[in-house]
Amino acid sequence: MRRSILTAATAVAATLALAACAGGEEPAAEESSAAPELEGSLTVWVDETRIDIFTELAEDYSDERGIEMEVVQKASGDIREEFVQQVPTGEGPDIVVGAHDWTGEFVTNGVVQPIELGDKAAGFSDVSLAAFTYDGAVYGVPYAVENIALVRNDDLVSETPETFDDLVAQNDDTGADYPVVIQQGDEGDAYHLYPLQTSFGAPVFEQNADGSYSPELALGGDAGEAFAEYLGELGDQGVLDPAIDGEKAKQLFLDGKTPYMVTGPWYAAEFTAADMNISVLPVPSAGGEPAEPFVGVQGAFISAKTENALVANDFVTNYLGSTDVQLRLAEAGGRAPASTEAAGQVDDEIMRQFSEAAGTSPMPSIPEMGSVWQFWGVTEVELIQGKADDPAASWNTMVENIESAING
Amino acid sequence: MTEVSLGGPAGRGGTRGSDSHARRTGPGWYVKIVLMAAVNALGLYGVWTAVMVGSWGVAAFLALAVAAADWVYFSRRMLPAKYLYPGLVLLLAFQLFVMLYTAYVAFTNYGDGHNSTKVDAIAAISMQNERRVEGSETFPLTVVERDGELGFAILRDGEIVVGDAETPLEPAAGSDDGARVTAVDGWTALEFAELVSRSAEITDLRVPFSGDPAAGGLRTQDGALGFVAAPVLVYDAATDTFTNTTTGVTYTPNDHGSFVSADGEELTPGWRVGVGFENFTAIFTEDRLAGPFFQVLVWTFVFAGLSVVTTFALGLFLAMVFNDPRVRGRKVYRSLLILPYAFPAFLATLVWRGMLNEKFGWINEVLLGGAEIPWLTDPWLAKFSVLAVNLWLGFPYMFLVTTGALQSIPGDVLESARVDGASRWRAIRSIVLPLLMVSTAPLLISAFAFNFNNFALIYMLTGGGPHFEGAPVLVGHTDILISMVYSVAFDSGVKQYGLASAVSLLIFVIVGLISWLGFRRTRTLEEL
Repeated sequence: MRRSILTAATAVAATLALAACAGGEEPAAEESSAAPELEGSLTVWVDETRIDIFTELAEDYSDERGIEMEVVQKASGDIREEFVQQVPTGEGPDIVVGAHDWTGEFVTNGVVQPIELGDKAAGFSDVSLAAFTYDGAVYGVPYAVENIALVRNDDLVSETPETFDDLVAQNDDTGADYPVVIQQGDEGDAYHLYPLQTSFGAPVFEQNADGSYSPELALGGDAGEAFAEYLGELGDQGVLDPAIDGEKAKQLFLDGKTPYMVTGPWYAAEFTAADMNISVLPVPSAGGEPAEPFVGVQGAFISAKTENALVANDFVTNYLGSTDVQLRLAEAGGRAPASTEAAGQVDDEIMRQFSEAAGTSPMPSIPEMGSVWQFWGVTEVELIQGKADDPAASWNTMVENIESAING
Repeated sequence: MTEVSLGGPAGRGGTRGSDSHARRTGPGWYVKIVLMAAVNALGLYGVWTAVMVGSWGVAAFLALAVAAADWVYFSRRMLPAKYLYPGLVLLLAFQLFVMLYTAYVAFTNYGDGHNSTKVDAIAAISMQNERRVEGSETFPLTVVERDGELGFAILRDGEIVVGDAETPLEPAAGSDDGARVTAVDGWTALEFAELVSRSAEITDLRVPFSGDPAAGGLRTQDGALGFVAAPVLVYDAATDTFTNTTTGVTYTPNDHGSFVSADGEELTPGWRVGVGFENFTAIFTEDRLAGPFFQVLVWTFVFAGLSVVTTFALGLFLAMVFNDPRVRGRKVYRSLLILPYAFPAFLATLVWRGMLNEKFGWINEVLLGGAEIPWLTDPWLAKFSVLAVNLWLGFPYMFLVTTGALQSIPGDVLESARVDGASRWRAIRSIVLPLLMVSTAPLLISAFAFNFNNFALIYMLTGGGPHFEGAPVLVGHTDILISMVYSVAFDSGVKQYGLASAVSLLIFVIVGLISWLGFRRTRTLEEL
């Protein structure tokens, strides 16, 4: 007994020593990163998917401008939250690279600053600038645009009808297991269904003149109800199925069990890598109006508390905004560039077809959007599963719930 | 419970006084000196680095901890403390601090929109609301310097103009390359390196565009592009208000950390303030939360209770079966049964989620020949699946502890029961179970507490779903309190750290209360 206590005590003492080591080292690391900041260094946070290209770009910029650059990798799941938490403490970076739909959260938490692009603004596609616009000011410099579209297996079909109903009917001749796959999941996937929804004229929020969104919900009304009914029909026909998530949808397309899949460049890259013949087309309309997907834009934000605002602005506007760099980023990320000049020089056919299918609806970045996502997905799943006796009524309940969530 | 008795025997040792380790100079004494030197060195290093980065709280804590360590381990009288000290320090650093901080956050409105201090909020509002004057030009700009004062020079209508913080832009002599000013008489143009070192000064500088202050100020963000900006909202420190320069509306701070106008319009961001018990009452009084909250509370108790009962029952049954010497190959069976315990629960739960998929899951497709049973999407089946998976994950632990407890029951007690004519069932009921409960009851209580907060299982298996149809918050039939908090406070788009902390405290109180009641009951068991 006695010996075991001593062993335990020694173990605890060792742990204590280790804890002290760990505790001691951390401030030291921070100190070394803080020291050269006085000479004008920039800290950039990027996630694991962008770290390689940004490390390269930072080196080139550093050579060009003589400024020390520190590119820090953050986990993609945490980078947004960590940025919001760390900027107020002064431990945040000068620049964070991410998706445009973070804008609303960043602005309402006061952690980013507006960026004046001047004449350079004209060089970016409208949708990419609209994406980073919040309350009339631009908060990020866009570099890449991504969206979903209809991906076709050219070996199975070569012509695509104009409407979604005809596309489903086309399978009577083709005879594949599924006429088209659109990934869902137990909690739904409103993002992948959005093109169908917009084709009924029911966008999620009203869009302002500059392309940004107002917090006025637009997905209700007759148009929304019609879409809800349509989802029920697609569920009945087995076209949509919550059991088919992203991985399963991809596999079905790879196995040739469906001629079409509504998806984005992330899976398209795997299809081309598997030597499939694919084309990328706009999603056919189901409700009569153009089917517009959400456009996601990637770009760089500047911290509200940066001590090197001048260099940070120079890096994001003059360097990341340049055609050359936009092309390099496009190549590395497999997404079309946000700069129109760079987009014109892209020679990747799939990338070009995706950006042609983009449309003008950025994914809303306003904080109200956060209250929409989950209600939206789970309601759509209920409609697809046929759980709702009256699709229009459950759609309206969803709209009411979202409204009450937005108004707190 | 033997492993948690660190304090007991140490207390006994304290009475030995003159025989204390502190007086002997054997090899152990040298080891002690070396260890203490290391602790001191590391501690002082920690203090020094904490001071260097200005973390005064950390520095003070480390300094006190090192001083206390020296006092405890070099004093002759502090024998019990010698054993307790490391644990106490760790308890302070990793438990007490976290609890106190959580308690502090629970009483604030910390979350999205109230992320920092008032000073930061004022700075952010001012920064976000200084806008480029509508329809104004942008200019290639040159940063110039005179007697240490910075100024901006641009070409306005082909004419070189220069100005600084006090003097509006005025024509000056100099030279240009057609787009940009290259030199101004009486001023020196700054190189890029100089711009970088005076970055903050340059980005803060506003040169009045003309004598009329309403025309705005020339500013630059990157030292090369100049534009004319004017504030839309102006902060007045004397009255602590923001005023809109075009509409004249004033915004005054309210007691919830926001600037609001008379008609209720709120400026973002706000700042973090104390809100008293609001977070605690919100969960009961807010209509959107209260309904689902009680449903979830009931399910949490049912889930935690049934999880303990089912895992214990199965574990005990198997332990009894494999404790019988007539079973052959017991060791092999026992090792196999412990396997689920050896898999990481995270991974196992994800695998189960896949296997229970309605359409493609192994259970439906292979075992049940293509039946489409909604294991995870039907409210009752989902509850059943959660309990079943938890049973699979949890029974090996119960099997282990009951096996140990069974083996420690002396054989002669059972034998005498048999001699007295007790049936097998009677012996189990009257001898085995009561003796077993003495050692396992505390473990059952801790298992209950663990399952009460079994976030990983719920999050990984069902994500709380299926969702309550039409409910105003995103909570589902299998959500337990902790996963409900997560979904309301983090997953709903707007993060509410204050609310999340408040509910965590409530959960802490509930679990603490139940454990306390449970342990009080087990004391009566021990008196058997």
